[in-house]
Amino acid sequence: MTIINTPEKLGKYGKELKGALSRNIKTEILVSMGTCGIAAGTTPVLDELKKEVLEQNLQDSVRIVPVGCMGICHSEPSIEVIDMESGQGAFFGNVTTEMAKAIVAKNIRAAGVHTVAKSWYYPEEGQNAESVLQARIVLRNCGRINPESIDDYISRSGYQAVAKALTSMKPGDVIRTVVDSGLRGRGGGGFPTGRKWQFAAAQKSDEKYVICNADEGDPGAFMDRAVLEGDPHSVLEAMIIAGYAVGSHNGVIYIRAEYPLAVKRLHQAIDDAKGMGLLGKNLFGSGFDFEIELKYGAGAFVCGEETALIHSVEGKRGEPGFKPPFPAISGLWKKPTIVNNVETFANVCAIIRNGADWFKKIGTENSPGTKVFSLTGKINSVGLIEVPMGITLRDIIFKLGEGIKGGKKFKAVQTGGPSGGCITEANLDSPIDYNSLIALGSMMGSGGMIVLDEDDCMVNIAKFFLEFTLDESCGRCTPCRIGNKRLHEMLNEITIGNGTHEILAKLRKLSENIKDTALCGLGQTSPNPVLSTIKNFENEYLEHIDHKKCPAKVCVKLLSYEINDSCVGCTLCARNCPVACISGEKKQKHVIDQKKCIRCGVCYEACKFHAIDKN
Amino acid sequence: MIKLRINGMPVMAEENSTILQAARKLDIKIPTLCHMELECFNLEHRIGSCRVCVVEVSGRRNLAPACCTPVEENMEVRTHTLRAINARRTMLDLLLSNHPKDCLTCEKNLDCELQALAQEMGLHRIIYKGEQSKHKIDLANESIVRDMNKCIMCRRCETACNTIQTVGILSGIKRGFNSTVSTASEKPLVETKCTFCGQCVAACPVGALTEMNRTYDVWRALNDETKHVIVQTAPAVRVALGEEFGLEPGSISTGKMVTALRMLGFDKVFDTDFAADLTIMEETTEFIQRLKENKNLPILTSCCPGWVKFFEHQFPDLLHIPSTAKSPQQMFGAMAKTYYAKKIGVEAKEITVVSVMPCLAKKYEAARSEFTRDGVRDVDIVISTRELANMLKEAGIQFNDLRNSAFDNPMGESTGAGVIFGATGGVLEAVLRTAADWVSGKEIKDIDFDDVRGISGIKEATVNVAGKEIKVAIASGLGNARTLLEKIRKGESTYHAIEIMACPGGCLNGGGQPYIHGDTDILEKRRQALYEEDREKTIRKSHENPYIQKIYREYLGEPGSHLAHELLHTHYTKRKNE
Repeated sequence: MTIINTPEKLGKYGKELKGALSRNIKTEILVSMGTCGIAAGTTPVLDELKKEVLEQNLQDSVRIVPVGCMGICHSEPSIEVIDMESGQGAFFGNVTTEMAKAIVAKNIRAAGVHTVAKSWYYPEEGQNAESVLQARIVLRNCGRINPESIDDYISRSGYQAVAKALTSMKPGDVIRTVVDSGLRGRGGGGFPTGRKWQFAAAQKSDEKYVICNADEGDPGAFMDRAVLEGDPHSVLEAMIIAGYAVGSHNGVIYIRAEYPLAVKRLHQAIDDAKGMGLLGKNLFGSGFDFEIELKYGAGAFVCGEETALIHSVEGKRGEPGFKPPFPAISGLWKKPTIVNNVETFANVCAIIRNGADWFKKIGTENSPGTKVFSLTGKINSVGLIEVPMGITLRDIIFKLGEGIKGGKKFKAVQTGGPSGGCITEANLDSPIDYNSLIALGSMMGSGGMIVLDEDDCMVNIAKFFLEFTLDESCGRCTPCRIGNKRLHEMLNEITIGNGTHEILAKLRKLSENIKDTALCGLGQTSPNPVLSTIKNFENEYLEHIDHKKCPAKVCVKLLSYEINDSCVGCTLCARNCPVACISGEKKQKHVIDQKKCIRCGVCYEACKFHAIDKN
Repeated sequence: MIKLRINGMPVMAEENSTILQAARKLDIKIPTLCHMELECFNLEHRIGSCRVCVVEVSGRRNLAPACCTPVEENMEVRTHTLRAINARRTMLDLLLSNHPKDCLTCEKNLDCELQALAQEMGLHRIIYKGEQSKHKIDLANESIVRDMNKCIMCRRCETACNTIQTVGILSGIKRGFNSTVSTASEKPLVETKCTFCGQCVAACPVGALTEMNRTYDVWRALNDETKHVIVQTAPAVRVALGEEFGLEPGSISTGKMVTALRMLGFDKVFDTDFAADLTIMEETTEFIQRLKENKNLPILTSCCPGWVKFFEHQFPDLLHIPSTAKSPQQMFGAMAKTYYAKKIGVEAKEITVVSVMPCLAKKYEAARSEFTRDGVRDVDIVISTRELANMLKEAGIQFNDLRNSAFDNPMGESTGAGVIFGATGGVLEAVLRTAADWVSGKEIKDIDFDDVRGISGIKEATVNVAGKEIKVAIASGLGNARTLLEKIRKGESTYHAIEIMACPGGCLNGGGQPYIHGDTDILEKRRQALYEEDREKTIRKSHENPYIQKIYREYLGEPGSHLAHELLHTHYTKRKNE
């Protein structure tokens, strides 16, 4: 294997790779092989494509590349076919093995493949287009390169940032560039990354640590997984840069064990980088050494909190500690430690390569750059998107997300994960960044974005998110351990028809007290869904409390099922009812005994004549 | 020094100190629950989990826990704003919502920090109702009852077990509302390497950890006409019992205690101090022998059952170095059921031996199989200092008004050497007093070995015993014991003798003593009281105790004799380190 120990060698190697790649290849077929793609069935499609290329004897002109997540989750298995001459690519979604042949033959229309209209924008490479909403820095290589190939990464400017930093910049210059770029932590808090590095760099210590927080755990969030599965080297490279900047020689990637593919690809990336001398001793002849090891999380959400994460790495119970002292002063093994999230690291190489000014041009003044969101919920195009800060939620939901599923009415969007808040129609046009989301009573969080429609009951949504925090609380402090339990119980009372105004007042007060007293970020933000839904949807709460009705018809105990005149007396409902509370003669309209009905909804589902009303 | 203002008042605080400590300087006691500070052991349990101590700090978004927020220059702290008080009350409301409301029947009633705080904060209504934790109560051992339904997750027991004692069996487990403190795989204590030292019980602010109460067994025995019921009292009991009746810490209540025990109906009131003298006879003989042979040194004392169980689990490779002498409690039991039984002409099984101990491990020790002969236990029932106080209250005995009386004979006479067994360093000093005389063949006058005294965790001294330099060390607290044991294991120890007590400070801080609620001045007062009692004694060397001399003359022969070995020595067992 080639050993790369100077920037020149790196440049030469990269050029050779590009040349070798572009010599004969006329078509590249990128196949989405992230966890999501594989789960949707990409593996047989990939096999079929390979077989087909061989059968048609196209192996010299067609290159098949297994890549990470392309972001178009709504249409997995997805592939992209790129015409190398024009550079134009076309996405195809919901690809089956049967379609593979047609795709290889470029006979796409004939096969009836679902084409995905999507444009990409790579500000790094100077391409620009007015109409595109996405801007890809973090995901620059995701869905573009084979994540298991270090050559692929190098051919796309890989390891050039670290080469530049180690050979032409002082640690202080690196930190200044990051400070000047205005990059803020993408894990949720939004703390300026460069400042964190400054604190750690200022500490005198025989050892320091760089930790990559890959303990992504928000419900419906998969940004970091996509980066680690799709472009693992970008994180390794950034960690080396961070190590150089703060004076650390040891990196730890704390990754949840539930991400086996990411773990596998990271291991391979580490091995490959070591093999080429890009990780380990005397990198680029600078005399700087850096090692990276992986630590697996056992699935506790709270271990995403940096002090809990450090405890977990040390083999202790994953409980947050108190700050100060901050990890940058006293962290892992009581040594200065910087903990940055995967997405934060994924920004670093581009910033070092292109400079702080380039980065600041993207996004807003207080939040430069882009943000990756996993767009989920009641939306037509569920997927992974990277947008410049300052974009409006309306653009995200109605343009990128292509609107609400089934033409239903938009109700709210939950940002910031379980500890965030919901944003309503009224605020869809405000440009989003760290500050504006907080002003709207929510937060950036790590990038989960869950869209809710008219069928969602907001009391129930608050209960859902609280249930999550309840399960994931470490149990250390009183407000989070017991307070959230009581909040959940009170919400439950409201959803089963026992709500009172006193409960509502108690909910508010206890939520405020929990925010004010909890030990860590998890606890301090856990009541946010409650407060935010009460603030924005108080009427819905009052409907539950005063009229014992759930306007979204979700809260089972508040529903009633009644049979209307469309009933033809087919008896299907009566036969399906688990408590035998539906009676009526054959071919006669049936009746539900409301006293016996357990509101399970089985009759409603069973009826073929829309004869059952849900009220 | 750091300058800050609390409630508008300026105060100077040490660097790295907390708001809680700074407030104390202004005579403001910010309420705490999970926080525990044991000043004389230089230990602070700062976990910040209960959030009862929250205060307002200017410029800070949320409230700050006073117990673990360091002071900062020009900090503005307000301790009882409405916001802080509301939050504090809510924290207590929440804790109460998941706490059984059976205070009336709780072991810790009127001695519970949660109860006291609820009273101080004027909580008179249960605000939050809902599900309560349901944990199985661990009643499977002789010493400690663990009822985690009462646990408030202050985690003090973890610090006691893991940090102070380094026994390391307790840890937070599970998450959220289900989280609790437990052993690995939630095993009962009896299946773990728990030493039953009871420091977790001493640390627990509520009734989650209490002793296995045996007072009713004592009542039953006292009321059993067929039994001859005798009692022995450990040295540390007499300097702490008075606290349960409102006497000043450090009050010596030996005489009142004897009177009270007699009033309860014990047939004879004896003293464990007598057996302590007996222990010295055997242990010193063994020590001098080993010194002569220069073999199996250092000798380790073996009177503390928590310590014995600790090394059986954690240092099974060193089982040959502790003295084989039984603890005073068990020597007493063995003598009571043989020598004394013979003397009064009754069978061993007709005698009930009750021990009053400052210790919970003694309950476990008495039940060890080695201490049962022919199906008869040497010590039948062990109660703690606290349990004795309860019995006296139940019997309506007006302790403070009692007159003094003296122990019965032949097992009630003791020396100053026996008394100081109750403090860390005492056993070793007692050994040295006797060894000095025996080795020199003279009657040494200067018998105050000041270097081995004091409450600190590890003490070292080189003492001159009849011209020979003897290197000794004393550890109290099992964490300190571990430090010394590791040294021995690595072959780095040059000591001749080491005294070890499981509880920090020795028996005076045992798991069965009146609760000190963090006030370690009480421990120092108890310690001083023990040495005062020593000073007051006419006889201060064990081998000069006339009744000890008599027991050898009449029954045992000489120290280390065959019969002495049979009755007064024991052996140790390797146990699993888990």
